[in-house]
Amino acid sequence: MQITLNNRPEIIDKKEITISELINLKSFTFKLLVTKINGNLIKKADRETAVIKDGDKVDIIHLISGG
Amino acid sequence: MESFTKIKRKLRRKTVGIAGAGGLGSNCAVALARVGIGKLIICDFDKVTRANLNRQYYFNEQIGQQKVFALADNIFFIDPYVKVLPKNIKLSPANIKESFKSCDVIVEAFDKAEMKEMLIETVLDEMPEKPLVVGLGMAGWGKNEIIKSRNIDNLFICGDEETEISPELPPLAPRVGIVANMQANQVLELLLNQ
Repeated sequence: MQITLNNRPEIIDKKEITISELINLKSFTFKLLVTKINGNLIKKADRETAVIKDGDKVDIIHLISGG
Repeated sequence: MESFTKIKRKLRRKTVGIAGAGGLGSNCAVALARVGIGKLIICDFDKVTRANLNRQYYFNEQIGQQKVFALADNIFFIDPYVKVLPKNIKLSPANIKESFKSCDVIVEAFDKAEMKEMLIETVLDEMPEKPLVVGLGMAGWGKNEIIKSRNIDNLFICGDEETEISPELPPLAPRVGIVANMQANQVLELLLNQ
């Protein structure tokens, strides 16, 4: 399937995938993240169950300290 | 084109919430006060320390004071007509909505990534219609060219999104000030388009 991850097209070799699986697959090392699918917030507690399907727009924002 | 008088009249009716009164929050609040925002709701629980003075809008003689009250004083000296509601509280999922429900825009101005995550998740979950302007990545010095802004729906991100503070990359006045003022600039754009 093809999704849009952080505004870039991305081919995933699966029919569907959870947010948690995508984070592992892309080896995102940052622990602190905000995740959205098609504009809807996926809360931290729901990442294991929230499913991404073909054509979905996914945003994964890395949070870093400083201010 | 709107005249400056018209713009000021519009901004007088606006309320901006600021989560954190450190490097980002204090400088962003002062920029917004100088353009004449009607009301600023500023939340923080910290006290001014000597180490803060390398980038935060406080003065030597304010060391030891609660930040929200010291910042309210400083804004009063700039423009006594700007209303400041200082809230000396630690923000959490339990009080964010209540604290900022009357705001037209919310500014995220924390230093710790954990707090940024908590605030963004709470606002997107409980107040998804509320524009939220966050500061992300402004450690160290130089690298003007990588500081940028973008938005994902109602979430507006200012910063380089890559430099994290560390002993080698401290937060310093110029880059923190740039991002704080970018946040204020984004707030203005949102308010004047409302």
